[in-house]
Amino acid sequence: MRHIRAFGRFWWDFVVGDDPRAAAGAVLAIGLTALLVKTGVDAWWLMPAAIAAVLFLSLRRAADRG
Amino acid sequence: MTAGFLIASAFLASAVEFVEALTIVLAAGVSRGWRSALAGLGAATLVLAVIVAVLGPALTRVPISALRLVVGALLLTFGLQWLRKAILRASGFKALHDEDAIFARELEEARAARGEQGAAGIDWFGFTLAFKGVLLEGLEVAFIVVTFGSAQGRIGLAALGAGAALVLVATVGILVRAPLARVPENTLKFAVGAMLTTFGIFWSTEGAGAHWPGNDASLPGVLAFVLVLSFAAVVTLRRSRVALA
Repeated sequence: MRHIRAFGRFWWDFVVGDDPRAAAGAVLAIGLTALLVKTGVDAWWLMPAAIAAVLFLSLRRAADRG
Repeated sequence: MTAGFLIASAFLASAVEFVEALTIVLAAGVSRGWRSALAGLGAATLVLAVIVAVLGPALTRVPISALRLVVGALLLTFGLQWLRKAILRASGFKALHDEDAIFARELEEARAARGEQGAAGIDWFGFTLAFKGVLLEGLEVAFIVVTFGSAQGRIGLAALGAGAALVLVATVGILVRAPLARVPENTLKFAVGAMLTTFGIFWSTEGAGAHWPGNDASLPGVLAFVLVLSFAAVVTLRRSRVALA
């Protein structure tokens, strides 16, 4: 059990890291892009704008923590 | 153009990881003996080769749009971590990565540890230290090679970039026999974070079904956007740090 937990922890740290909200924001932006494409909007512009916002918020949280 | 971009990205990302792995192998070799350290290095390399050999061909069977969506999402979350840390380091909010300090710490820990001699004079602590270090750093390289390569349908090119980085770092490591502290690791990490984020944005958008204006030709534009964004973040954070002081 301990090894499974350690294995899961390793992959979590590896992919998500110490700011899960940034990872969640990126996944949400991909979902929104797919949704807009389904409604007929070629939303290629959404990801760069969303990632700029996600990065800004993540950095602000880190800077506030010092 | 994307082929060159792919090789350069795999090369830079792999070089950063190999520099870190080299530091650990050197610490294991100097403190616990080279036989154990090199055995650990060889065993970890074998495991990594098996991972790439198994995962690479398996991923080529997945439809390219689904692959780009998943790979794009993974690279994006992974790349954002790198970029975020690099921006925080460049703006003074996080300590810079120091290979000399890491080497000294690893060396001290390895010398203090009690060891057991195994078969063929292998010191298990030295073996495990080198094996674990190379495997963990190498997993990131394997991840990058497999994801970059499969999303482009060119695993061979990504492996070529990683292989060139391995040869370069190993050659320099053998020649200097010291941690590669003079490699501008923080700058490299900044570049790799920007590249991973760029590919993540590009592929996840395509995987979600949207089309970039000019297709692959828009990739440098996305990279330029990510770089401008990152430098603007560094400048803004530096100013806020000065204002706080």
